[in-house]
Parts: sequence; C-alpha cells; structure tokens
Amino acid sequence: MNSLNTCLVLTAVWLAVFVECTTAFFRNMTGAQPDLLPSLVVYATLTSGLGLGAVSAVFGGLCIDALSHNPLGISIGPLFVIAIVIERYRGLILRDQTYAQFITGICAGAAAPALTLVLLLNTDHTPLVGWSSLWQWAVVSLVSGLFTPLWFLLFGWIAQRLSYEVLPDPMSQANRQIKRGRN
Amino acid sequence: MLKRSQYIALVLVVLFVLALLSQSDRTVAQLRLAIGGLFLPLFGLARSAQTTSERSLAALTPHSELEKQIEALQKENQELRVDAARSQEIQRENARLREAFALPKIAPWKLTLAQVVGRDPANWWKNVRINRGTRDGLTNNLTIITPQGFLVGRVSEVGYAHSQVVLLGDPACRVSVLVENTREHGIIAPSDNGPIDNTLVDLKYLSANGVLQPGQWVRTSGLSGLYPKGILVGQIVDSRSVDYGLHMEARIKLAAHLNALEEVMVVWP
Repeated sequence: MNSLNTCLVLTAVWLAVFVECTTAFFRNMTGAQPDLLPSLVVYATLTSGLGLGAVSAVFGGLCIDALSHNPLGISIGPLFVIAIVIERYRGLILRDQTYAQFITGICAGAAAPALTLVLLLNTDHTPLVGWSSLWQWAVVSLVSGLFTPLWFLLFGWIAQRLSYEVLPDPMSQANRQIKRGRN
Repeated sequence: MLKRSQYIALVLVVLFVLALLSQSDRTVAQLRLAIGGLFLPLFGLARSAQTTSERSLAALTPHSELEKQIEALQKENQELRVDAARSQEIQRENARLREAFALPKIAPWKLTLAQVVGRDPANWWKNVRINRGTRDGLTNNLTIITPQGFLVGRVSEVGYAHSQVVLLGDPACRVSVLVENTREHGIIAPSDNGPIDNTLVDLKYLSANGVLQPGQWVRTSGLSGLYPKGILVGQIVDSRSVDYGLHMEARIKLAAHLNALEEVMVVWP
C-alpha cells in the first residue's frame, strides 16, 4: 500500500460520504442519490490490492452508516465483498482501460445496494422499496460506472503532481549506437 | 482461490461486522456519535460557506431592491399583526369556552428553529439531519413541522449537535390523522409509488362508509400521543375501496415540500 494513495483514497471516501449526505441536487433531478463508495473501493482495490480496498470498505461503510438510518456496519459487508471479488479477478481485469474501469464500476455500483438491501431485509428494518427502486438502482450503477474512470484520472493526476517526476534514462536513447564486434 | 492473508482479512471483517451488529442500542448510538463527529468540521465549513455566500449576495443586492423587499415585508408584517390580534381573540374565546365546559386546557406549543444540514445518503430511507441535538435539549419522538406549520416528521435519533428526523412517507413514520370535515380517522403510511415520490403518502384504515372527497384537509388526530393534535398534514387527492370493500384508502398530497426543506421547527410538548 502506497501511503500517499491510502491517504488520498481515505480522504476521498470521507468527502464522498459528506457530499452524498449534503447534496440534494442529483437526488432532486433524478430521484436517486448516487453512491460514490463502490467506485472508490474499485479504484482502491485495482490500484493497491485488497489491503486498501478493505480499509476503504470498512471506513466508508462505517461513515455512511453513521450518517444514515442503516444499522451501523451493514454497508461494510457489501463493499468488502466488492473488494474481495475484484481482488480475486484482479489479474484478469484490464485496469488501465477506461471501458474496463467503467464496466467494473457499473457492476460494483449495482452489487453494493443490492447486497445491502438483502442484508437489510434480513434484519428487523423495513426499507422503502418499490418498482421505482429499479430506476434508482440503474442510476446508482451508471453513476458508479462513470465515476470509476474519473477516480483513476483524478488520483493519477494528483499522484503525478505530488510525486517526484520520473526522469528519462540518459542511456536509453532512440538514436544510440550499438557497436558490435571484438573492439 | 484466495490467498491465506485474504482469508484472514475476510474473517476479520466478518467478525467486525457481526460484533457491530450485535451491539446494544446505547453502544451503537455512541459509536454513531463518535464516527459522525468526523464530519462536524465539514458541516461547520459548509455552514460558514453558506453564511458567507448569503452575506455576499446581500451585499451585492442593489439598494432599490432592498427598499422594495423592506416595503413588502412591512406590508406582510402589518397583515400578520392583524391576523395575530384576531387569533389571540379567538384563543381567549376558546379558553373561556373550554373553562365553561370544564375541558382541559391546551398548552401552547414551544417551537425551536433548526436547519436541515443533510439527507440520508441511502435511497431506501426518508430522513434528514438537523443541527439540533442533546445540547439543545432534544429527545426522541419530538414533532417536526415546517415554519408554515405543516407536519414533516419526528425526531428518530439524537446526537450531541445533530439529530435524525424521520420524514412522512418513511416506513418508520406512521401518523394517526383525521379528515378535517368528516372526522374520519386513519393512519398515514408510505405511498405505494415507492421511494422516489416525496409528495404523496397513503391514508389507510379508513372506515368503509367514509365520505372522502378530493381537496379535503387531513390533520393529526393526537391519538398516538407522539404528535400534537391539529397539525396540517395534507390534502386528499383521491380515494378507493380496498380489501373487497372492508375499508378505504386515500392518497394524500403532503402540504410540506419535503424535497426542499431548509429550516424546520421542533415542537416541544
């Protein structure tokens, strides 16, 4: 785990939960509140492995449940499942490709609310679910898909700005001469 | 197959979640308070940013516009003074009649203004967060209304500086109400339209021979003991007979605009 990446991801999780809690613009426009945490967990797991994925799932799940009517801890499980599934197939996901990031984000965005609802329905809580929940599910999944490549771009840019610049190797030039022979 | 370290992580997280879910309500409330405290700087920052932007806008408003606003407010103030004088007279008359008929006195409500600082991030709850908590003396189940006097919901969880308010239309917010003209009693329940619609709720368990017409006002009945009697909830949109004519249901258009809540009033019993 890169410490800079860890700090960036955890700060983003903290801010994302706050934004979800205080911004009603998108909810008023579409009727659904997007969830940014699945896309952040996807980014964290694809770039840094299960360690950061699990940390962001636990921290994000705790934060979102603390500000919500959800039972405390119920969101951790689905986010962690996303992290562990991505870790399992990490070698097969083309994580540098935008479309792969998009599709992974959509799958994560669809899985997180579905798994949370399954868990909630098995507790003594009665979530408000109807046919319009399918619309909300579609919107949340799509937004998660759109945000995943954006996290890659944003964190890549920040890491580039905050890290030392990689200098080109002076020995490896395109016009270098390779002399062969005994001399 | 997962690696051994990944299995260990999985077991640790599952144990952690199970431990959290099995905690007592009091411990969970304390944990929520502690984790919610992480967001207090952001809430404070958002509040001060809002205040600054409002002040900047006020400073940029032209003098003529301010004069117009003052004139309109003075006119409204005069009208409200006349209304207040009338309602005071009606209140005195009401008190005299209650005394004459030996009815119990109705204590006037005490109100506290609160600001809505957040909404529930999950799509399956209808909750808002207000900037009043135990430090302001709030307790669970206090009634919340809009500044215009329309019912919004009740306090469901109280923190030190913030509290959760469960809104009308949430499964956890059922209100006993009566139809103003016919005095028919019913229960406000979540709408069948699902979680997107914040303007309509269902009025259930009305008697089968009730006369319901669109436009009739619905108020709290005070029967549950949670909500004071007489708070305006909304208007009947339409009604239908259900369960083979055993009882009736109506759709209610809420008087409070729940999507645009900025300030609310806490009603103290």
